[in-house]
Amino acid sequence: MKFASEFRDPAAARALLSAVAAKAEAIGASRANPVRIMEICGGHTHSIFRYGLDKLIHEGVEFIHGPGCPVCVLPMARVDECVEIAERPGVIFTTFGDAMRVPGHRKSLMQAKADGADIRMVYSPLDALELARRNPDRQVVFFGLGFETTTPSTALSIQQAAREGVTNFSVFCNHITVPEPIRALLDDPDMLLDGFIGPGHVSMVIGIRPYDFIARDYGKPIVVAGFEPTDLLQSALMLLTQIAEGRAQVENQYARVVPEHGNPVSLAAIADVYERRPSFEWRGLGEIDASGLRIRARYAAFDAEEKFGIGYGAASRNHPETPGCACGQVMTGKLRPTGCPQFGTGCTPDKPLGALMVSSEGACAAYWQYAGARVAAQ
Amino acid sequence: MCLGIPGRIMAITDPERQMAMAEVSGVRREVNVACVAGSDLSALVGQWALIHVGFAMSIIDEEEAEKTLQALRDLGEAQETLDQIAASQEALQ
Ligand code: SF4
Repeated sequence: MKFASEFRDPAAARALLSAVAAKAEAIGASRANPVRIMEICGGHTHSIFRYGLDKLIHEGVEFIHGPGCPVCVLPMARVDECVEIAERPGVIFTTFGDAMRVPGHRKSLMQAKADGADIRMVYSPLDALELARRNPDRQVVFFGLGFETTTPSTALSIQQAAREGVTNFSVFCNHITVPEPIRALLDDPDMLLDGFIGPGHVSMVIGIRPYDFIARDYGKPIVVAGFEPTDLLQSALMLLTQIAEGRAQVENQYARVVPEHGNPVSLAAIADVYERRPSFEWRGLGEIDASGLRIRARYAAFDAEEKFGIGYGAASRNHPETPGCACGQVMTGKLRPTGCPQFGTGCTPDKPLGALMVSSEGACAAYWQYAGARVAAQ
Repeated sequence: MCLGIPGRIMAITDPERQMAMAEVSGVRREVNVACVAGSDLSALVGQWALIHVGFAMSIIDEEEAEKTLQALRDLGEAQETLDQIAASQEALQ
């Protein structure tokens, strides 16, 4: 690690690293008995690996990579349902590029496109809506994917389509929420986490109060953080300080972007368009109560599940996950990516077997991209 | 998809739909500003915003915009987003 050239503010990073080390020593954290901090957001995972923070930080602090990459937790059956819609005659299926290579049981969206389905990668649901305006004789479906950061964008696009009466536009909604899987992780008796680094851009939308239960009901600290390296180090320091002082609170390291109560316009649009599903399946984690959103009946005309008769759970859920894939254990922090028997052999970013290898925010892809040399040397 | 990218709002293009032209790392792209709009849309012109999948989600200051952009460049996410914006333009044809 070329420390000085990698960090724009090497002095600040050094100072934070030594402050973290001092706190870790003070609470008796060691390699054998580390403080385990889970970063929930895939953007944080990417940043930690990019800057090698996992190696630079005191050995008594261990980063556990959480389920915060929406592509990685997308269940295979949902990919199958996307392919089914995309292969219907007359459909233009639009998606963020990230989802193209996620394996389904039959094929990925990438393979479906190669087989002739009209699948287009778009940057924004607004572009899908524009496609619908330009192609009134086609059905344009947008694959609504992601956490609370992207949820407002599809909600506002549906509201816009409704105002204009663009009835050949619909959303296949797979939006998921951040707080519920954290609760599921905390309820897991095997869970060994000591604190959380909360997602920055998700919290910009929902604020920091939805995390109160983590501190109040489970006695764990959480610090919402930006994704620059010094943000992450500072939030690690804030977590260790809470632990040292015996506190468990929700703190906001990223207040320059994250308002305590979130973004009111976004929250109103989400509430208008979406309601919670009773439960939603997360790849590797199983069904989690109230963790997914669906489109309310009043916007049924823009709901691809209604339009195409492919409701949640339409594809058979009896398919097991890929044999030998350890995504679930990696995602819950029980196994490191390198502990998966498929890592680097059956599963690489070029030929992903599991979803954690698909996106640069997935823990396995991050390990592969940045820690390949380190891993090979072990 | 999950990380926003800073852009500068250059002009309001469609007040009814709350759309504005933004400049993101030298690339121009129309974005929705509903989430950051106050009563006077024109007050947004010249401001920096974090833009997520075509929606301005938070007003930030210029220094924050610069730091965020640099971090996104380090992560390779800035170029990825610009590529996605360009590819999306083609997908409309
Ligand atoms: S290496 Fe591949 S199969 Fe193994 S856990 Fe990671 S993504 Fe899943």
